[in-house]
Amino acid sequence: MKTLDPITALFVLMLASFVGLAVIQGVSRLLHTPLMSLTNAISSVAVVGAILVVGTGNHGLPTWLAAAAVFASTTNLVSGFLITRRMLAMFKKREVKQA
Amino acid sequence: MSDAALMNGVLFAYLVSATLFILALRWMSSPETARRAVASAVTAMAIAVVATLARPEIVNYQWIAIAAVLGTALGIPLARVPLTAVPERTGLSQSFGGMAAALVGTAKYYLWLEEGGLTPFRTGVISLEIILGCLTATGGLMAAGKLADWIPSRSITYPLQNVVNLSLLGVAVLLGIYLVINPTASWVVPIIAVLALAFGVALLMPIGGADMPTVISFLNAYAGISAVLMGIVLENLLLITAGALDGASGFILSVVMCKAMNRPMSNVLFGAFGAAPAGGAAAAEARTVQSATPADAALLMSQADKVVIVPGYGMAVAQAQHRARELYDQLTKRGVDVYFAVHPVAGRMPGHMNVLLAESDIPYDKLIEMDDINPDMPQVDVVLVIGANDVVNPAARTDSSSPIYGMPIIDADKAKTVLCIKRSMNPGFSGIENELYFAPNTLMLFGDAKAVLSDVVKQLTGEAAAA
Repeated sequence: MKTLDPITALFVLMLASFVGLAVIQGVSRLLHTPLMSLTNAISSVAVVGAILVVGTGNHGLPTWLAAAAVFASTTNLVSGFLITRRMLAMFKKREVKQA
Repeated sequence: MSDAALMNGVLFAYLVSATLFILALRWMSSPETARRAVASAVTAMAIAVVATLARPEIVNYQWIAIAAVLGTALGIPLARVPLTAVPERTGLSQSFGGMAAALVGTAKYYLWLEEGGLTPFRTGVISLEIILGCLTATGGLMAAGKLADWIPSRSITYPLQNVVNLSLLGVAVLLGIYLVINPTASWVVPIIAVLALAFGVALLMPIGGADMPTVISFLNAYAGISAVLMGIVLENLLLITAGALDGASGFILSVVMCKAMNRPMSNVLFGAFGAAPAGGAAAAEARTVQSATPADAALLMSQADKVVIVPGYGMAVAQAQHRARELYDQLTKRGVDVYFAVHPVAGRMPGHMNVLLAESDIPYDKLIEMDDINPDMPQVDVVLVIGANDVVNPAARTDSSSPIYGMPIIDADKAKTVLCIKRSMNPGFSGIENELYFAPNTLMLFGDAKAVLSDVVKQLTGEAAAA
């Protein structure tokens, strides 16, 4: 397995933080609530981390803990994306219902 | 395919996934591209999960499948809550995010304890991950509880509160440092977790309802940072990137919220806002206000060229947004220009009011930000304030002794006529007297927001039928 040295990790963290700040500054204030539910859903990519721990076989307690983490992240993933989509569908520019 | 080649493929998939996450946030810049944002993020997530399941070291699929099915079963109903309940759902989701990070950190610690993989660097990062994850887990639950009124949403304070809170956190951090020095001292791990869980509860205790939009944003940032720490522990660049994006959004929203309330961040966390200063209000006692009937209001607005509606959380509580929409329809039909002026802290989380108004089918180009509407206020004929209070209080501009002095407000008082729908003359949530109600150009409409709006709409439709 390849390993990641701490300094590379911190470099990526630093760059991703600035990209995040720059991109999110451009988000319309209209959409701050959907933004928060979307980023909640995006951070549920933690499910990847949980899978990496559960998937390596059964080690008793650690496997149980990580399975609980898979459960918690999947909940966020599913509900986060569904509710973001639902909210965004409500933002309409012109009347469409009048027909 | 060899394991090494497979692993390269997986890492490349992570790169694609991270790119799509960034594009997704980029597309949130306007409602027109926002639906593409969700599609992009969903694709990114699918790529990340499939690539991870394909990794050579993953052999145990059974537990993953069971946990994922259970998570989906809970996630679907959580996505169907009414939109007034979105703030508490968000708190819950941040709680789950923190919980996941803390659980994975703890699990990884015990695995490395068995295999002998513990280094001071690893235990240091794991300690931070557990502390931040646990405090977000209970903090998010407390926020959800307060927002949903399962627990009292007022600020709960007691003597030496900050000392107690900080010592909970301090002891947890000290134990974390001990774990760095003695990586195999596994007995401290559960103690760190319990202390951090307790700190999360204690941190949210003194925070009152008006500060919820800010606190929800803080928790968003914490959840992001705990995902970053998980990424460092697991040496996974995708987790670090996605966590940093989440953390950045939480940070920016916190700054926006604090600016909109003119308060430094430290003040929200450590200086309970609930204790309203009693002075000032007494002097206003004998002043008179002018009140109006719904018929007066209907007449005034139908004859105006431009009407601006300022909604506050009171409107959502009274479920009056659909009546507001009917009023908007009636006025628009008569050729009146109607806009909604939305203050950044209106509602219970950032952007909440916009979502509620969008739900009642108000076109989003009629929802105007405070900074964009204020310069036009002197040209506005009628401002209708529905369930908002502090965000239109001119004392924030003029009275340096007021606790909200300096807070940016919607300049409703500068309009030609102001109509305020209010239950009674009691000061609002923050207990601060509002000069706007006594202004010579202000007319009060007393009553429940929904009932008053219904009456106004009835007047307008009745008039239409008679004509």
